[in-house]
Amino acid sequence: METTKLPPSSPSSPTTGFSVPSAEKVDGFPRRSMRRARQRRSHSSSQFRYQSSQVELTPLPLLKDVPVAELHDLFCKKLQQCCVLFDFLDCVADLKGKEIKRAALNELVEGVATSRGVLIEPLYPEAIKMISVNIFRTLPPSENPEFDPEEDEPTLEASWPHLQLVYEFFLRFLESPDFQPSMAKRYLDQKFVLQLLELFDSEDPREREYLKTILHRVYGKLLGLRAYIRKQINNIFLRFIYETEHFNGVAELLEILGSIINGFALPLKSEHKQFLVRVLIPLHTARSLSIFHAQLAYCVVQFMEKDATVTEYIIRGLLKYWPKTCTQKEVMFLGEMEEILDVIEPSQFLRVQEPLFRQIAACISSSHFQVAERALYFWNNEYILSLIEENCQVILPLVFATLYRVSKEHWNQTIVSLIYNVLKTFMEMNSKLFDDLTASYKVEKQKEVKRERERVELWRGLDELQERRVQSLQEATLNQRNLLECPAPSQLDPVPTQPDLTCPDPAQPDPAPCSTSAT
Amino acid sequence: MAGADGDDSLYPIAVLIDELRNEDVQLRLNSIKKLSTIALALGVERTRTELLPFLTDTIYDEDEVLLALAEQLGNFTMLVGGPEYVHCLLPPLESLATVEETVVRDKAVESLRKISHEHSPVDLEVHFEPLVKRLASGDWFTSRTSACGLFSVCYPRVSSTVKAEIRQHFRTLCSDDTPMVRRAAASKLGEFAKVLELDYVKSDIISLFTALASDEQDSVRLLAVEACVSIATLLPQEDLETLVMPTLRQAAEDKSWRVRYMVADKFSELQKAVGPEITKNDLVPAFQNLLKDCEAEVRAAAANKVKEFCENLPEDSKETIIMSHILPCVKELVSDTNQHVKSALASVIMGLSTILGKDNTVEHLLPLFLAQLKDECPEVRLNIISNLDCVNEVIGIRQLSQSLLPAIVELAEDAKWRVRLAIIEYMPLLAGQLGVEFFDEKLNSLCMAWLVDHVYAIREAATCNLMKLVEKFGAEWAQNTIIPKVLGMANDPNYLHRMTTLFCINSLSEACGQEITTKQMLPVILKMSNDQVANVRFNVAKSLQKIGPVLDSNTLQTEVKPVLEKLATDQDMDVKYFAQEAVSVLALA
Repeated sequence: METTKLPPSSPSSPTTGFSVPSAEKVDGFPRRSMRRARQRRSHSSSQFRYQSSQVELTPLPLLKDVPVAELHDLFCKKLQQCCVLFDFLDCVADLKGKEIKRAALNELVEGVATSRGVLIEPLYPEAIKMISVNIFRTLPPSENPEFDPEEDEPTLEASWPHLQLVYEFFLRFLESPDFQPSMAKRYLDQKFVLQLLELFDSEDPREREYLKTILHRVYGKLLGLRAYIRKQINNIFLRFIYETEHFNGVAELLEILGSIINGFALPLKSEHKQFLVRVLIPLHTARSLSIFHAQLAYCVVQFMEKDATVTEYIIRGLLKYWPKTCTQKEVMFLGEMEEILDVIEPSQFLRVQEPLFRQIAACISSSHFQVAERALYFWNNEYILSLIEENCQVILPLVFATLYRVSKEHWNQTIVSLIYNVLKTFMEMNSKLFDDLTASYKVEKQKEVKRERERVELWRGLDELQERRVQSLQEATLNQRNLLECPAPSQLDPVPTQPDLTCPDPAQPDPAPCSTSAT
Repeated sequence: MAGADGDDSLYPIAVLIDELRNEDVQLRLNSIKKLSTIALALGVERTRTELLPFLTDTIYDEDEVLLALAEQLGNFTMLVGGPEYVHCLLPPLESLATVEETVVRDKAVESLRKISHEHSPVDLEVHFEPLVKRLASGDWFTSRTSACGLFSVCYPRVSSTVKAEIRQHFRTLCSDDTPMVRRAAASKLGEFAKVLELDYVKSDIISLFTALASDEQDSVRLLAVEACVSIATLLPQEDLETLVMPTLRQAAEDKSWRVRYMVADKFSELQKAVGPEITKNDLVPAFQNLLKDCEAEVRAAAANKVKEFCENLPEDSKETIIMSHILPCVKELVSDTNQHVKSALASVIMGLSTILGKDNTVEHLLPLFLAQLKDECPEVRLNIISNLDCVNEVIGIRQLSQSLLPAIVELAEDAKWRVRLAIIEYMPLLAGQLGVEFFDEKLNSLCMAWLVDHVYAIREAATCNLMKLVEKFGAEWAQNTIIPKVLGMANDPNYLHRMTTLFCINSLSEACGQEITTKQMLPVILKMSNDQVANVRFNVAKSLQKIGPVLDSNTLQTEVKPVLEKLATDQDMDVKYFAQEAVSVLALA
């Protein structure tokens, strides 16, 4: 039981079967910690797939031992040799062959990194072919369908001993002073890039780290691919946001984008603005936001620093996607908002201050003290404080009622004292306005209650009206139908034309509950 | 439509619109959910001229509000004045079909599909089809994805010129630049093929299908597999080989496991769609490969289909194919390294016995069943036990009983209560098949042990199990074997166990009959009315109410009534409540 079984893999049957020692059968529920303990660091590989006949490798002479005239030929042969793939799930299979390939890869890395003049044109297709054969593969199904990148150990790529060297070779190849983009672009084409991007979904962080650096180099050197790369990253993000909610490499891709955004020319092209509004901002809705929030916030602030006119899109976007139930995410949003306000231009601030401070007021009244606290910290930020002061006339009325109310009823003492400080700051800023608001607080409250009563009244009236109308409408429908006598031939299926008018009244109380209390 | 117009003085539109604009999202959501009420108050005329334009103009809101709106508008036909005005609903739905959030868009498309049927053919061409075209050529991918779901609803009812345009638009979307749109198109390909004329299926759909099935992204290719089923169903048999099979073969050997998984998952549908000949020649080897796939996901999906696939094989060669091609693969799967594969197999493997008959079952399948019954994974064993009825029909489960027992005992004590629950549910079946002697000897103690399980759901299921056993073995058996034990628990120090006695009595009294109930059960219940735990006391009241109908009126009056009257004056309000309820239900007042 302990060692023989592969971990479960199928999302279709997610319950994992294992038995716990009977001593731990307390309530029949497996402890999460027990599951943890059982989860060994697992390996997986989908690399060794469709090679039916295994080729026997024979060691070639060392690169440094051959005359310069034969160097390229040998280099080429080594590249071809490295196209053979090995089974790493069976760790004792073909050890000799694995060693030969490892040594060859090491030599290739060394060769491309140190010797000058190795990279001649005929080597490009061979090198790219070797890289493609080794790294491009359909990633295996995740062994843990509920994989939580923050909690669970990632599945590591079993063939890493070779794969790492291949990535290393690729990186050195791109960074070599001899590297000629004009030659490479014939082989490093769009299809290649697309496959490279798909690998970012790898669960193995080591692989993603290499991919990040490599993609960055490719973006830097092959200008013709830039637009394509950006577009494909967009597609990956959009699929992540709206379709699968799963992609392991979001943080890495964002990191690359951070530096790409930095290099955007001004004025921003509409393509880039669209990327901000339709991709980056909606990325905030992801459930796994915490994994890539730092990189995402960096990208967003980069955009603002490039072009202040996008500020309004950003802030309104964040407000639209503001978390409703997840307080952890709310704290992240507040953190990002502070970063944004840190660099906001006063003219832009004017455009968003009302919805923004309405949201901040809502955060202050959160019963989760971390949310409230994070929002109140805004008043410790000197720049933000100066903005508030300049616009005190607008902001104070927006937040006053909340501050006043929460200061009286929040359960957490820290929050209460923070609020007193904020109220004090406001008092000092504009004591006249403060006094007015304090005086009118009760009146406003009463007005609110009155409005609420009117609302209830309005809906009661509407509901009554509905009841009366449903009757007459039904009759009218019936008459009309009789009159027309089944008109269109295409109405094959009788469409239920009666709209859903009889919604149950949610105000109806439940039938008397029977309490069950143990004594 | 007399009387359907709104009352201006009562509800000016501004007031209603204010409700839809309320700052509080929750209030706004509530208002949108009652949009039909607002429309009714306004009347059809003003709904068309004032409410709908307002809704169309203000589509920038929380997605939750938009979702509710998209749903509402699908049911709005009568509120705008019936089918002749239904096209008024198109502008707001069109905007909703372009928003980013998938659920909102999908709901808008659903509503559009719904109201498309309410359009007259003329309106469909004048209003609906242009909307589809606009969506199909939208700038952003969202509107183009939405368009994919609308072609098939308008195609059958428009003129041939418009039909040609629609086909053209669909073609364009199938080769769209963004994979999101291609995925949407691929997922609607089968549906669209169904409404097309056969000639166009052959000329248009097949080339689109082939292209999508070799898309550079596996997420697109796998959707083409789904379409394959519908397309193959539409084509005459003689065209399948040339038009569909090359693509299907390619999909079954795709380099991405996701595509192969899809093929495995849709295997039965594919089998039905391509017919017996192709099944024999092509699908059998393909299925063998899927059962041996290197990815466990794929093997599990294929294993799930083993029974269905075998069942649907052509009669003339069914047995030969199973015995020589499928069974060898199945044998390997029994000792697969992955538990999900084994568990998938275990859930269907028993079904093979009815197909193969008694002799083959005993010779070939029985060893496999036994091996799976001893599997280390409880799910595998459970799946075998859950399907015992199939094999029982063919050979009876006595053959299995030797191996069955250890497996059952182990599952009965499994750490996961869901596993225990599942095995309890099979107890009556097992008892029936194994006979009363075997049951008393081996399984009875398990059934009693479940009554004191620490999970309520298990105790409850155990109670229900006892009732079913009594129904099978009769009241006399109950009196001798289980009732003494059940009643003995009435003196247990744990009040939960004492309550279990009451729950057992509730379900057993009817099966046991009046005599046992009156003589043995009733005294125990009555005694428990003095229990110090209120929960036990009010359950006594509930039990008395429950078994009342089984008792005769004399007993009710002389024994039950005084106890209930006493409980009705209990100091605990719940005890009082249930005692009073029992009194009134049993008409003892």
